[in-house]
Amino acid sequence: MNEIPTPASIGLSREDLPNSYIGRSVPRPSLPKLVQGRATYTDDVVLPRMLHAAFLRSPHAHARILAIRIEAALAVPGVVRVFTGADLAKVCDPWVAVLDHLKGMKSAPQHPLPLDRATWQGEAVVAVLADTRAAAEDGVAAIEVDWDPLPAQTDMETALDAGTVVIHPELGDNLVFTRTATKGDVDAAFAAAHKVVEATFVTGRHTGVTLEPRSIIADYNRADGMLTVHQATQAPHMMQNVFAKHLRLEESQVRVICKDVGGSFGIKVHVYPDEVAVAAMARVLGRPVKFIADRFESFASDIHARDHRIKARMAVNADGTIIGFDVDDLTGIGPYSVYPRTSAMEGNQVVNLVGGPYDFAHYRCTTRVVLQNKAPTCQYRAVGHPIATAVTEGLVEMAARELGMDALDLRRRNMIRDDAYPFTSPPGMRFEGLSHHASLDKLLEMVPVARIRADQAEQRAIGVHRGLGFAAFIELTNPSPFMYGIGGARISAQDGCTVRMDPDGSVVASSGVTEQGQGTEAILAQIVAHGVGVPVERVKIITGDTLNTPYGGGTWACRGAGIGGEAALQSALALKAQILEVAGAMLQAAPESLDIVMGHITDRASGAQRMSLHELGRIVYFRGDTLPRDLPRELVQTRHFITKEYPFAFTNGIQACWAEVDTDTGMVKLLEHWVVEDCGRVVNPLLVDEQVRGGVVQGLGGALYEHCVYDERGNLLTTTMADYLVPMSAEMPDIHVGHVETPTKESLLGAKGAGEAGTAGAPGALMNAINDALAPLGARVLEQPFTPARILAALGRI
Amino acid sequence: MKWPALGYLRASSLDELWRALGDGAQILAGGQTLLATLAFRLSEPGTLVDITRIPELRGISVTGGVLRVGALTRHAELGRDALVARHAPLLTQAVPHIAHPAIRNRGTIGGSLAYADPAAELPACAVALDATLVLAREGGERRVKATDFFTGLLTTALEPGEIIAAVEFPLAGPSQRAVILEVARRSGDYAMAGLAAVLDLGADGRVTAPRLTFFGVGDGPVLATRANAALEGRALDAAAIAAAQAALDADLDPPADLHGPPAMKRHLCRVLLGRALQSLTPATEQAA
Ligand SMILES: Cc1cc2nc3c(=O)[nH]c(=O)nc-3n(C[C@H](O)[C@H](O)[C@H](O)COP(=O)(O)OP(=O)(O)OC[C@H]3O[C@@H](n4cnc5c(N)ncnc54)[C@H](O)[C@@H]3O)c2cc1C
Repeated sequence: MNEIPTPASIGLSREDLPNSYIGRSVPRPSLPKLVQGRATYTDDVVLPRMLHAAFLRSPHAHARILAIRIEAALAVPGVVRVFTGADLAKVCDPWVAVLDHLKGMKSAPQHPLPLDRATWQGEAVVAVLADTRAAAEDGVAAIEVDWDPLPAQTDMETALDAGTVVIHPELGDNLVFTRTATKGDVDAAFAAAHKVVEATFVTGRHTGVTLEPRSIIADYNRADGMLTVHQATQAPHMMQNVFAKHLRLEESQVRVICKDVGGSFGIKVHVYPDEVAVAAMARVLGRPVKFIADRFESFASDIHARDHRIKARMAVNADGTIIGFDVDDLTGIGPYSVYPRTSAMEGNQVVNLVGGPYDFAHYRCTTRVVLQNKAPTCQYRAVGHPIATAVTEGLVEMAARELGMDALDLRRRNMIRDDAYPFTSPPGMRFEGLSHHASLDKLLEMVPVARIRADQAEQRAIGVHRGLGFAAFIELTNPSPFMYGIGGARISAQDGCTVRMDPDGSVVASSGVTEQGQGTEAILAQIVAHGVGVPVERVKIITGDTLNTPYGGGTWACRGAGIGGEAALQSALALKAQILEVAGAMLQAAPESLDIVMGHITDRASGAQRMSLHELGRIVYFRGDTLPRDLPRELVQTRHFITKEYPFAFTNGIQACWAEVDTDTGMVKLLEHWVVEDCGRVVNPLLVDEQVRGGVVQGLGGALYEHCVYDERGNLLTTTMADYLVPMSAEMPDIHVGHVETPTKESLLGAKGAGEAGTAGAPGALMNAINDALAPLGARVLEQPFTPARILAALGRI
Repeated sequence: MKWPALGYLRASSLDELWRALGDGAQILAGGQTLLATLAFRLSEPGTLVDITRIPELRGISVTGGVLRVGALTRHAELGRDALVARHAPLLTQAVPHIAHPAIRNRGTIGGSLAYADPAAELPACAVALDATLVLAREGGERRVKATDFFTGLLTTALEPGEIIAAVEFPLAGPSQRAVILEVARRSGDYAMAGLAAVLDLGADGRVTAPRLTFFGVGDGPVLATRANAALEGRALDAAAIAAAQAALDADLDPPADLHGPPAMKRHLCRVLLGRALQSLTPATEQAA
């Protein structure tokens, strides 16, 4: 396994191994298109007879819809049609977002537009179609709705109390899901422990702000019965199934096309009722309908995430050995579980991941997932990981402080040994191979800890408070059907790739994984070029079209390189074998004696060029008559890949954050940040590093700035980019990235996921840095985002 | 959201402007505030009248013993103008705090003063520098002190049919000391709390005519009269700074906002006051 020669592995320079694109920072072929404005985002697509949708959204967090008057809207110039929930219910079946393997989970049926009740502020209630978006908005302004405002359930702490507002009375209560994982005997172990540290952590509700908002065009063609959907989505095949199922079509009647996507971060892997409404309206009208969310709609109706309150305890021995964790997680997910992945995953991940890097005996972790009248939450980059990591690593540094021990020594004492694999964690996660100790060693080569500690002491003397914080983490990648498939969701964990050679010797690969701007197509091109033996410029990639790519899962949970990449490698190697068989026949040589190097058939032993692929293509496609009659000549191969041994390929890493707290203003200045992560085989170092950096920035954003703030009546207060603060480059520190490579043995490529590592660890590292700075002042903060107000309050300054 | 349907008209002289201003017309200058609010459909003017090509509203000059800054002066121009740096250095210091370069290339001083955002830098500077606004209307103009111009949350003394033509700043004398400080969540954000401080420091080290003006903590620029009184005539030392800080609380009535409670704003103002005055003490000046 993993026997792919790379320049490093066989001690050659990359010039000596020209085919080797794996492990090289090959520039992304799509970059010129993106920076020159020549990409095709969904909004760039203009179809004949296209209408534009705008939605009237609920101004109330919870209200009965008594009457909807649309006459005035229909009279607005340019308005073509108005649809209510009742209109769409005739053509579209509701969905219930539960998964069978999440035992006891419940949620209410959700329609594209609600029938009689709005359950969060910003929920789409009425749709107006017009010749332009502006006219559609004029139409929305002319609609009158009689609302009967109802009390809103907004505080997750009271969601399960007797007498509280039950958002869906037919469910009986607001509890969507609960799960407890236990191992050992927590009560006895904690009672006997030398020390128990305990704290309540809060992570703030935030969202993934994509440059390109949610976008969709649905076009139902009555002539051929096809619904063609252009959509900014991570999972075209999943959406194909959803549209077919709920609009009462066959899957084969639905085609989902997803060209360029301007960022997704998990936001675009869910089913949004307004987008289903667009498809339903197109189905009714037989005309294309476009909907592009504006920024206000994005804040009010994109999924939110990370709204958790976590009470956690950790027990340690006097020597710093971790005895166990005892955790109670509570999360509010809005009024519906989100289809089809459900909104129980984040809490479930907290249960799976707390304590992840460590070897300990006793574990108890409960999550309770409850309903609220706020925007629905669901999976956003690094689902649950930043929460579990902040809790774990926050407790680790607290324990070290209480024991008077260096927190890194405490970690080293408890991290799972690098030779202990395979290893099963207390909540039952199976690790094939991780590198906590090697990663920590590597991090300490990068972080000048002694110099930083000296500077810290010097600065303290003049009233400047700096802190250094660490956070080790594990990350779940390369998911198998254990994530969604076993729960009954038609979400493919398998992915495929078809690679073909055209007459000019160029190669085209079509893949079921998708490009969201993160560079998937670049690594696929590298892998295929490497596998076949052609210059990377000679490879073109097709993704994002259910009619033209092998069936697959798309982009989620870090799987593009690990799953899609392996399918690409296997299909490329199969194509190479096929080409060599044909070349052998032409050159009267044994195929095993030949190779393909940079587009030429070569003699494997001497390296001498024997024939170009261009020439081979000419003969196969145009002079097939000259080849042996029974020679197989399909210069196209397809392979699929799915992980088999492990439900997930876990990765690991550790981060360090160096920050300064202005104790007068409560402002935090990020000084420097370091990450070491182990994503197995690094296919493109530049892309992996930038994924890590981008992830760190999103993690720091959630920890410092980003917050969807609701008032107690469920009004969303952060609806513009002036109120919802995203991290910006001026405030970001230099981020140093290092790697340890432990390839997964499940695949030849050996790649695991790298997209979420940065986000998983950054908030915990920053929290620990801030608290390291504040410790001598007797203050600490555990509630994200760490705003000036919270820091000043912790310091007793306000 | 998309803008409502509206008309657009570009005036190339004041005469054209007076003809264009009328029912439902609104002035468009740099557009950095107005266009965003239109997209939210907060207002639906019938016509936007673009004033950016009117020469009478441009230019920076020293005339009649004042620094006259035309209403159309872009923030970026203000920041790099030599006359401004010499005669009203507070403005030069203020510009980097305003938004981001792209916005500073378009936003104008007239637009900023007319919009009167309570957290904006230039209205506070105008008050701190005791500026006078030149308001023009068809057939005449009048002068209004900045202190009288800002009348409440996003409201000013501008009458219908009236525009800001220019702002006049008294020329800074050699004893003037000025500093602007603010606390903003990210660079370029509107301030959570800010202070434009102007005072005269005599050869005897005593403060005269202090004008500490806070922004982001009220419904407009807040001239801290009690803190100013506590400083007047005193040597600028730790005791004077503490006295000003103690007096400040009564000058402020900050609202809560997304950043935090009133108590936080009061605290930040005290911190800013301390830091600003500390930076102006003779000892600090010498060290620098
Ligand atoms: C992202 C962002 C961040 C920003 N951050 C800051 C900041 O930190 N600090 C800050 O101070 N500002 C900030 N601004 C606002 C910016 O400075 C604006 O340019 C300024 O407030 C308005 O100037 P304008 O020329 O763009 O006015 P416009 O947007 O064109 O007009 C604003 C209002 O003033 C009226 N008006 C314009 N000119 C005149 C005139 N001569 N006479 C009478 N009425 C007039 C208009 O009719 C309109 O009502 C920010 C803006 C943005 C978009």
